[in-house]
Amino acid sequence: MTRWLNLVPPLLLILLLLAAWETACRLLSVPAYVLPPPSAVAVALVERAPVLVLSALRTFWMAIQALIVAVGLGGGIAVAVSLSPAAERAVRPLAIALQVTPIVAIAPLVLIWFGLDNAEGAVVALAAAVAFFPIFSGVLTGLQAADPDLERLFDLHGATRLQRLRRLRLPTALPFALEGLRVAAGLAVIGAVVAEFVSGSGAAQGLAWRLLEAGNRLRTAELLAALCWLAVLGLILNAAIGVASRRILAARAGR
Amino acid sequence: MADSRPGTIDAPGTVAALSGVTLRYPGRPPIGPLDLTLASGEIVAIVGASGAGKSTLLRLLAGLEQPTGGTVARGHAGARTGFVFQSPTLMPWADALTNVALPLELAGVARATAHHRAAEALAAVGLGDRLTARPFQLSGGMAMRVSLARALVTRPGLLLLDEPFAALDSITRRALIEDLHRLWSARRGHDPMAIVFVTHDVEEAVYLADRVAILGVWDGDMTRAISTPGPIPRPAHWRLDAAYRQTAERVAAALAASMTSPSAGQGEDA
Repeated sequence: MTRWLNLVPPLLLILLLLAAWETACRLLSVPAYVLPPPSAVAVALVERAPVLVLSALRTFWMAIQALIVAVGLGGGIAVAVSLSPAAERAVRPLAIALQVTPIVAIAPLVLIWFGLDNAEGAVVALAAAVAFFPIFSGVLTGLQAADPDLERLFDLHGATRLQRLRRLRLPTALPFALEGLRVAAGLAVIGAVVAEFVSGSGAAQGLAWRLLEAGNRLRTAELLAALCWLAVLGLILNAAIGVASRRILAARAGR
Repeated sequence: MADSRPGTIDAPGTVAALSGVTLRYPGRPPIGPLDLTLASGEIVAIVGASGAGKSTLLRLLAGLEQPTGGTVARGHAGARTGFVFQSPTLMPWADALTNVALPLELAGVARATAHHRAAEALAAVGLGDRLTARPFQLSGGMAMRVSLARALVTRPGLLLLDEPFAALDSITRRALIEDLHRLWSARRGHDPMAIVFVTHDVEEAVYLADRVAILGVWDGDMTRAISTPGPIPRPAHWRLDAAYRQTAERVAAALAASMTSPSAGQGEDA
């Protein structure tokens, strides 16, 4: 009951803001191509739903693929690197360089590599590059976060590297990895949209393409409707991973 | 790997021996020289000021740390070592049985056998009915019992404990000491187990051990250990015994003396 009551204040605020927006648009007769009233956005959401949902699914699918690639590469490299301090020192600067390089800056290069007719592959690669760091960093931090006394216990009993990894470090890393995944999921969606903007050819007709198209044609209501879908997409992905992590951690704790 | 393991000693009945052991690392207080010989099946308590190197001493004995000088030797009887840390240090994602079976499984014992022996070890510390309990479901005392069972599951000839009961209330602490004595005496004779117990509590040290070694900040010669009177396990009301009280006072005085610099006042600069 209180859970639902907690939803009342934010919903009220949103309703209030929408009402103010609607009233302002009508009273000040703002041109619809500058700022359409929420009612017009709602109409666009419904009328353009078939196109927008399809584009949203396409973006979603590219983000998911990017996330899978990032988990495989980021997690795999983190595990490999954790086995040797020298390897970590070697890889860290490169991983950080990848993180701080703006995706927009490397997009043209990646597009050339994948070929202009394979824009979707380039978008996935670029989104994966953005999602890589939080997963790599989360897993690596987690692998190094084991209780030092437990590490000593493994030393004492002559554990092999594989035993230590499987029985101590990977279980310790799990919560860190899940948190990294959650951050990476948000970034993968952003990465997919930005990469699609840059690829710009319309070859990958995701939400970014709809945003560009609507903007070029001054269909501002449709643009805002596409933005709504983008927000919904991010929320769904974030919530799904949040719920899954809680379930996984609770099941493991035996709660 | 071979040279990082402690050397071996042939003298029968000796579990471990430190001679002239020093640790000198930049940024860490210097430790040693330390001398200590540990006979099979004896209980030695180590008391000392913080910073004197009590935990380091245990890690040296376990072979988890290497001295910068002197030698650490291990007898045949001390080949298998159990270690109990200051906190239970259980794997929070695993139940009691899995935690206790870990040392055996790391040594390559088959899972079924390891779990069977882990269940026996848990029963021996009074937790035979909590095999599937997760660490968060256990009280501090019970978690420490699981930790003790994990250290004993390999039937070690040398058990090292690093202030294991410091965080527990005094009732639980006394119960655990009685348990430790009981488990130790069950193996006396045929399969003796030596115990080195680090503590900062003088009474606990005297009650627990055959002899109490004092590790001073200024002097690591622990050959001047003080023997405690009476049998182990201790008889009922032994804490009221005059001999116990006198020994505790002697240890306390020796400990106080060990904390005073031989050249008082200049020690801080050393």
